[in-house]
Formats: sequence, structure tokens, C-alpha cells
Amino acid sequence: MTSALNPKFTFETFVVGAANRLAVTAGRTVAENPGSAYNPLFIYSGSGLGKTHLLMAIGHSAKQLAPQLNIEYLTLDEYVEAFHAAIAAGQGDAFRRRFQNVDALLVDDVQFLTNRKEMQAELLRLTEALQQAGHQIVLTSDRPPAEIADLDERLISRFSGGLVVDMGVPDYETRVAILRRKAEERGARFQPGVLETAAGVEFPNVRELMGALNRLVAYQAVNDTPINAEAARQVLGVVGSTEQGAKATATAAGGASPDEFSQFLTDVTVTVGKAVEAWRARVAEAVLRWEGEGYRTGRLEKLLDHDSPAAVDEAIASYIHDVERLKALEAEVGTLDPQAAGDKVFRDPERMAEAEAEAAKVRDGAAPPPAPSGAFPLDSYAAGASNDVALSAARAVIDAPGKKYNPLVLAGHSGLGKTHLLNAIGLELMKKKGAVVACLSTQDFVDELIAAIDGDRVDWWRARYRRATALLLDDIHLLAGKDRTQEELFNLFNQFMDGDRQLVFTAPAHPNKLEGLEERIVSRLEGGLVAEIGDPDRAVRRTALERILSQQKMTPDPALLDYLADRPTDSVRSLTGVVQRVAEAAAAQDQPVTAGLAREILEGQPPAGGRRTTGLRTSGLVVSSAGGVRSREKMVWDWPSASDRVIEDLR
Amino acid sequence: MSLVNFTTREITCKIVYYGPGRSGKTTNLHYVYGRVPESRRGRMVSLATQTDRTLFFDFLPIDLGQISGFATRFQLYTVPGQVYYNATRRLVLQGADGVVFVGDSQARQLDENLESLQNLQSNLLEHGIDVRTVPVVMQYNKQDLPRELILTPAELDDALNFRSVPSFPADALHGQGVFETLKAISELVLKKLAAGSPA
Repeated sequence: MTSALNPKFTFETFVVGAANRLAVTAGRTVAENPGSAYNPLFIYSGSGLGKTHLLMAIGHSAKQLAPQLNIEYLTLDEYVEAFHAAIAAGQGDAFRRRFQNVDALLVDDVQFLTNRKEMQAELLRLTEALQQAGHQIVLTSDRPPAEIADLDERLISRFSGGLVVDMGVPDYETRVAILRRKAEERGARFQPGVLETAAGVEFPNVRELMGALNRLVAYQAVNDTPINAEAARQVLGVVGSTEQGAKATATAAGGASPDEFSQFLTDVTVTVGKAVEAWRARVAEAVLRWEGEGYRTGRLEKLLDHDSPAAVDEAIASYIHDVERLKALEAEVGTLDPQAAGDKVFRDPERMAEAEAEAAKVRDGAAPPPAPSGAFPLDSYAAGASNDVALSAARAVIDAPGKKYNPLVLAGHSGLGKTHLLNAIGLELMKKKGAVVACLSTQDFVDELIAAIDGDRVDWWRARYRRATALLLDDIHLLAGKDRTQEELFNLFNQFMDGDRQLVFTAPAHPNKLEGLEERIVSRLEGGLVAEIGDPDRAVRRTALERILSQQKMTPDPALLDYLADRPTDSVRSLTGVVQRVAEAAAAQDQPVTAGLAREILEGQPPAGGRRTTGLRTSGLVVSSAGGVRSREKMVWDWPSASDRVIEDLR
Repeated sequence: MSLVNFTTREITCKIVYYGPGRSGKTTNLHYVYGRVPESRRGRMVSLATQTDRTLFFDFLPIDLGQISGFATRFQLYTVPGQVYYNATRRLVLQGADGVVFVGDSQARQLDENLESLQNLQSNLLEHGIDVRTVPVVMQYNKQDLPRELILTPAELDDALNFRSVPSFPADALHGQGVFETLKAISELVLKKLAAGSPA
């Protein structure tokens, strides 16, 4: 059913000239990368110009490069015949399966699809199936797809969707080269000028040229004497000497042996033709290559309009330089906004300025993710036994982000400085070269995602966080019940972990105690280090007080510091409340803030006569009914309004 | 020298006929001169001694006309073969696009052939050129002499053609092998240009 490839029809035996160079280059490209370069490849030319030869050469070359490939060559008539036979035998499906499984299908003479609606539908279906499977199709015809009468529009569009390339009539030099090669293949030797005479006749195709060669071979065989140029002219019925070869001969007729020089001239003409045309081949190859990669090649094609190249290599190099720049821009834009990366402007080297502008626009639009707050530097974080583990873990994360504790979860109840430490880690990480630190509250994270969904910019939102080298989220428990955000965080989580990029979270409790978080998130949070922060110890309280007092512009009196630091508290935040309360009362009484005043305000006792260094015993603690130790002001803090609290304090 | 000038659309090939004294270099040029139509050849410049030995060099410009839109010219030079004219040989060799080594097929001239080949190599090196990078063809001239006096082309190939470049038996006096040699060197030179080495 399927024809075998003629072993003589290879690229090596195909004589390449200006008229068919593009088709041959495309054919070679397809043979080297079946299914990926030009699919389908549609080659058309008048009869006898080498379509079948080229088609088979593609098959041979593809098979040679990848012997495991399943390659089928057949003419359209053979295809039709096989189809009808299969249908008659009730094997239509088997027939279809068979052709769908070929790696490269080479179909010759598809112009015979005219008026064959049934076969057109069959071929359309096969073409679609092969293209979808990434298999190569090469078709030949004696005319372009649009000129095949009565051809289905969809087939025209399919055929034209790959590369449509034509082959013209060979020029004089190519005709000489073809004749010489064929004469040599046949072991025929001719006197100088004979083949040039034959080449001088402008036969419409190679087949007729071969016919002329046959006549010369036959004529020489029946005559014992070798044929000369003049006899060749008579054999071929050439009137006058209009052809180039004959011209050269005539010019040199005055010499003793003019043929020697004219033949030399012909040889040199062919060689020079190839040499100076080499630049066209380079341009055509560049066009095919970059067109195959999806770039517009108008700029290169314009080079071919010139008679000679001003600086073809420079032009190609400059084109490649621009394409590389476009690739870089597209890749950059892809990380910022994947949707924008598909813009055609990144595929057209003639629109470099637009591409740069588009990239700049995306860059501007892609604001970096929220950065940590500068209000929480690491050196102002109060250290003590209660947060020792968390702080040393933070330092390890700063020293080797993504390597040691990833993720790091800072757990503890409200007011212990988790946010401070989180931001402090972020600030330190930002000092590293190339660092992009995303540090924000989980609530903001959720809100941003909602806005992105609303604005159909989720890709952009994702890309914004994927750029980050570290992601720090405060109050991770706020993800509870937010399934979509958890889904997005899960994906981000995995990407960060894969890239050894640091993740830090804060939570009010150990992750396994948080409700509303998906198991996969919880297990990942637990996979790193969960550092719990306890109630502030005395050292933490004292350091925190120093900072709070200096922020309130109060002189940190040692006695006051000692007194306040000795008072147990469950958070730094409540310590701030205490200081504020004392400061406000002092301002109301127009007195300086002292330990005595603080005691009076906090414990309701008049200041002692002498200056005392306060200790635990004098701090006015009360024992609660529950047996725990709590300071008195903590109890009044439970009251609903500030005015009520002041009244109670003054009682 | 500039082989192909795309701006002025000119191709100029300088081909130097090299070889020992009396090997037939000038004879090659004379034969070519005689076969080139007058309209296409320039004046052949030949500086010879009274005994017809080349004193300085021969120069034959050939205008091949417009080929693929390029004005194509070949310049054929010979060098004086005698050992003591080495400075001239080196000068003529400068800027050569291709070299035809015309060897003398006579068995007794084998040493002169070898010496001249070595001289070619060293003179090219003087110009900073590796002989392996220059298109070269060999011509074994005087193959018309009696068999007993000459070496066969195969023997000469063995003795002289170390790089297996194209070689041609010739009888330059009667023209045998002259144009074949010229054609071969022209193709090599022009193919080198096609390979992407335009100046």
C-alpha cells in the first residue's frame, strides 16, 4: 500500500540552487526535528522540479537521524485507494489508527484532492490527529493550497498553518550542475560545451532537462565520435545561440581552442554563483530558524530584497541579539505577570522599543510584596529566658535563610512581641543581596488575594509572591476557614520549600492547636521549628520598660524600672499599658514619674517616706481566688470603660 | 588581499604558480594566455632573461566579466624558480589566494621539487600563513617526456603530495592539464570564500 522510498532520492543527490534552496532548508529542518519545526510543511512547484525527490529525501534523512521513526510515504492516489479498500473490508478504524501512529507522514501530489470531499474530510481529520500528537506531515502539490480547486477551507487553513514553500525552475548554473551530476551518474562523458549548450535551453522543468540529456547520451552512443557543442545544438533543436553557455563559446571563438576557456568560465560561474549566493542561504536559514521559534522575521526577509548584502552577518547577528533581548524581557515579564508574557510584542524584533516599554510597564505594575516594618529592629527586641529559643532560632534563620529552620513558627499568645520578632527577622533578611522579603499580616494576605481574584489578576498576585526570597506571615491562624487562601499558601509553601527560601509565621498557639487550618498546612508548619514564646521574664520586662520609657520620653529611674520590672505581667503589651497609666496619672497630678508614685497608682498606697528599692514583697500583689498570682491593676483592667477604671483607682 | 568586495561588487583571485626552475610555470601561463579571448585578457607581463628564464615574475590578468553580478578577475602570477630569487618569490606570494605547485615530472628533478615545496612552506610561514590553510593544487608537468625519464603521477603523489591535494598530470606545452589545474585551484579558492571567509 505504501510506497518505499526511492534510495536514489536523498538530499545528497538533490542539486540545490537559488530556486529551491528555501524548500531544501525547510525540508532538512523538518527531517532533523519532525513534528516541531514546520508542521505541516507544504511544498509546491510545477511538475518535474523535484517535489517527490525532496519529499523522499526528507524521509530518508529523518530515518537516518532517528531509525526508530515510523515514516510513511505515499501519493494521494495510493492513500485514497488504501482508504477505499479498508472501508470495503470493514477496516476503516484500523486504517485510521495505522496512519495516526506514523511519526512522519509524507503525502505526494495532494492537488488530486480536487472534488474529493470525502477524502478531504478524512485527510483533515488525520492532519488534526497527527498535529495534536506532534507528528510531522509533509505534503507536496503542483500548486499552493489556496489554488487547489474545491478544497475545503479548513484544509487550506491547516495546510497554510505550517510552512508553505515553493520550488522554482532551476537557473542556468543549477541546470549545468544537474546535467553534470546526472551525466556522471550515467557514466557519460561529453566534450566541453555540450552540457552547457543543453543547460542553455530554458526547459520548464528538470524532467525535460533529463530528456535532453538522454537525447545527447543516445546520439553519442549511436555515433562513434563524441558529440560537440554544435552537434548538441542540432540534436536539441536549439536555433541560434541565445543561451549563456553558447554565448561564452561564441565570444571565445577566435581562440585556437575556445572551448577550454568557455568551459573554465562556466565552471567558475557556477562556483562563484554558489559562493556569492551563500549569504542568501545564511539569511534563509536564519529566517527559517527564528520563524520556527515563533519570532517575526520581516527584518531578515528584507535583506533578501537586496541584490547584495551590505553586511549580512552583522544584520543576522544584530537580529539574534535583539531576539535574545526579547527572550530575556519575556522571561522577566513572565515572572512578574505571566499573562503579560504572552504578548506578541515579545516575538517581534522590529518592535524592540515597544517590548522594552511593555516590560517597564509590567515592572512598574509589579510592586514588590509588602516589606517588613522598620519600626521593629532586631536590636530593640527585648531578650530573656522566656523568648530565648525563639530569638536564637530567629538568628539562625537570619544567618542561613531557608537552610536551618524552615518554616519557623513563632507561637505564643498576644502581646509577646511575635510581630516585632517577625519584622525584625524580615529587616535583617532584607539586608542580604538580592533579597525580596514579603512580610505582612495574614489578613492583608487574604485581602490582597481577594482583590486579585476580583481584578482577574491572580497570576500577577502569585508572581508577586513567587519573586520573594522570604515570606513572613503574621497571625497565620487568621487563615482559618479561608480555603482558597490556604490553597494558594500551600502552593507557595511548596515552591518556597523547593527553592530553600525562608518561611516564617506567627501564631497564637502551637499549629496543632489552631482550628480551621487544613491538615496539609498544619503538618507543613510543624515540619520546621515551632518556637514558643512564654510570658515575659524579668529581664525581658526590664529591657522592654527601658524602651517604653524612652519612647514616652521619661527618664528611666532605676527604682522605677526595678519596681515595674518586678511586677509580673503576661505580656509586653500590658506592660506598655501600665507605663501609660502611670505616666497619665503623673501628668494629671503634675508630678514626676517615680517608683513611689507608680506604687501609689498601681497599689493604691501612699508613697513610702524613704526611697526604697522595691522587691517582690512590696509590689502589692494579691492572691486570686483561683490561687494564681495576679497584680491588682490587672483585675481592674477587666472593667468596661476607662472612666470607670479611673474612678475605681481613685477610690 | 580582498577576495570578494561586496561594496564594489568585485571578485579578485590571485593565483600563484610556484615550483622549481624550468618546471613549466610560465608555459602554463602562456597556454592560458593563448586560449583567453583578447577582450578578456590583459597584457601578459613577463620579465625574462635572454635565455627565457623568468627573472622577476610573470603576470597574467584575466577578466571573466560579470558573474552573478560581480566583476570577476583572476590574476595569475609565476615566481622565478631559481634558488637565488627567494626574495622575489616571497614578494609574489604575498596575498596569494591559491597556489599551483608546478612540479617537474623528471625523476632527476625530484630533489628540486622537494626543495621548492619546502621553500613554499617556509615563505608562506614568513607571511604568517600555514600552508595547510591555503588552497593548493599540484601539477606534474612534462608527462609527455619518455616514460623512462619521468615518474608517474602516482609516484609523484607519493613523493610530493603529503596533504593529498588535487593533483593533475600535465603537458603544459601542448595544453594538457593546464585548464584542469586552473579550474581546480579556482574552485578551491572560491569554495573557501563560500565557506564564509570573505575579507
